[in-house]
Amino acid sequence: MEQLTILLIVIPLMVAPITALIPSEKITWFLTLAVCLISFAISSFILYQVIDGTHVIYELGGWRPPWGIEYKIDSLNAFVALIVSGIGILASLFAYRSVPSEIDNKTIPLFYAAFQLCLLGLLGIALTGDIFNLFVFLEISSLSSYALISMGKHRKALSAAFSYLILGTIGATFFLIGVGFLFAASGSLNTADIANRFSSFEDMQLVETALIFMIMGIALKAAIFPLHSWLPNAYVHAPSTVGIFLSATATKVSIYVLLRILYDLYPIAYWVEMLLPQIMLSMGCVAVIYGSYRACQQVEMKRLLAFSSIAQIGYMVIGFSLVSQLGLTASIIHLFNHALIKSTLFIGAGILLYRANTTELSSLRGLGKEMPWTFAAIALAGLSLIGVPGTVGFVTKWYLLEAAVEKGMWIVVITIVVGSVLAIGYVWKIVDNLYFKSKEKLHIHDVSSGDSTIARSPKTMTIALWIGAILCIFFGLNTELSFQAASSAAAALLKA
Amino acid sequence: MENDLILRVVTKWLSPIIILFALYVQFHGDYSPGGGFQAGVIFSSAILLYSLTYGLDAALKLIPESALRLGASLGVLIYGGVGVTSMILGGNFLDYSVLASTPIAGQHIGIIVIELGVGLTVASVMVLLFFTFSRRVTP
Repeated sequence: MEQLTILLIVIPLMVAPITALIPSEKITWFLTLAVCLISFAISSFILYQVIDGTHVIYELGGWRPPWGIEYKIDSLNAFVALIVSGIGILASLFAYRSVPSEIDNKTIPLFYAAFQLCLLGLLGIALTGDIFNLFVFLEISSLSSYALISMGKHRKALSAAFSYLILGTIGATFFLIGVGFLFAASGSLNTADIANRFSSFEDMQLVETALIFMIMGIALKAAIFPLHSWLPNAYVHAPSTVGIFLSATATKVSIYVLLRILYDLYPIAYWVEMLLPQIMLSMGCVAVIYGSYRACQQVEMKRLLAFSSIAQIGYMVIGFSLVSQLGLTASIIHLFNHALIKSTLFIGAGILLYRANTTELSSLRGLGKEMPWTFAAIALAGLSLIGVPGTVGFVTKWYLLEAAVEKGMWIVVITIVVGSVLAIGYVWKIVDNLYFKSKEKLHIHDVSSGDSTIARSPKTMTIALWIGAILCIFFGLNTELSFQAASSAAAALLKA
Repeated sequence: MENDLILRVVTKWLSPIIILFALYVQFHGDYSPGGGFQAGVIFSSAILLYSLTYGLDAALKLIPESALRLGASLGVLIYGGVGVTSMILGGNFLDYSVLASTPIAGQHIGIIVIELGVGLTVASVMVLLFFTFSRRVTP
């Protein structure tokens, strides 16, 4: 049983170098899908084990915890691992037809290897209980995502990847400085150990500085409002598969790290005194309004979705800076819900890109009538993004509103309502252009005559899209599973 | 620089010594400062010196790129393989103590093999990086 937890790390670690050596695109794709499926199975099994509040503990290399690296899995760890590997399945299903059309044949094995390494890094962040180990996994996932983004079709992908590289490295360095300061003060890297002995070094100035450094670094990685500038370009110019995977997982995992730092590593009273909740709450509110407003302005579908991501990250920040059981639950449940919604929408955008070779909304006019099923799934996910009752988006917003009312934060209530109204605006923009505007003649390039590949959407892509869309409804009606996992995770965080 | 006699002769003399030193750092990694990472970088510097003096084509003839890619992947596999072996033998991942009959011998074997994997990957990747940047034409 304990050995299963480490397999989540070991399987991608062993399969990725093998993948890099196999020159066949079919086999490498299959290996990637298999890795995602196995990781998903293992993480759902672990979640099933720990959902009642127990822990699974794994000591790496047989070294005892305060000295060695310890993986301590509670329901939050398992929940995040489940999200990451589940989105991995959707993204790799989508990749089957999308990757050969976007990436040079010779680099496909390397693409899949980097994809698996990115999965490995994100899973590692989700599982580890050691802050330096967390930094290492953060770097693994970031380095591979820089490489993945730079493989985009358009040349702008290189500059997008480079600016992400610079900002991501600054973020990681800040986090490392914070870890260093904390290590200097406490003499330990183990999260549980630091938390236990916190009162013995609480008075040091260094500890406060460490907290600020770590939060700044991770906020950059999570694209929280003033530090979001790398995100739109990186998601727009990345290959579609990478856009799907990263938009749904990378920022969510960073939010998870933030939760761990604030609620597990540091005592809650410590940073409440520093006025951090107020600061983060205002950042979150501004992010919601600003992200939604900018999304309304966009004329390109992927960029619109990227700005909407910034707004949705704002909701998560609002959730955990309310410092209550309900708010925290809303934040954690939104990790899951937003991952589902955004991956579905990005898959939809990817199909449109595959068929029409563009995601400019003005060139997509009337395409919804041509592709009714794809359009229907996009519309469903769009409704979830707005938060219509019966979809996952509603679940989050309901709990978030409840938490805000409970705390008497009316400004937050207003922000959420305004954010939802703006969301109607930008989702309508997509629907309007795809379905209600009169048809535009498509300009299709780079297709040899007699080639029917882009005449219909590939089956694997449609399957991935509809799995996402159906889950958006399923978890909107049947909230028990995600709510139970999220609330038990929130309870565990608050108790610590 | 291919016509410079001094450079050519010095490179010929120096390269084996650099490689020998790399191997020394590699195999003393478990007792003294050093280990796979440093050894890999030193090893790769010997090949960089060779290719700076004799040209990129000669260096590519010495070590083809496919071998470097294989080496880079193989190093990771060796590292992970040690961990998986210790799991199969009943310990935790990367628990070297179960690799041999006594824990101390096991720790020795484990760290030497791990460092070998690290050295292989680092050396291959360093040379690969150099080749990628020094090549004018894209592949």
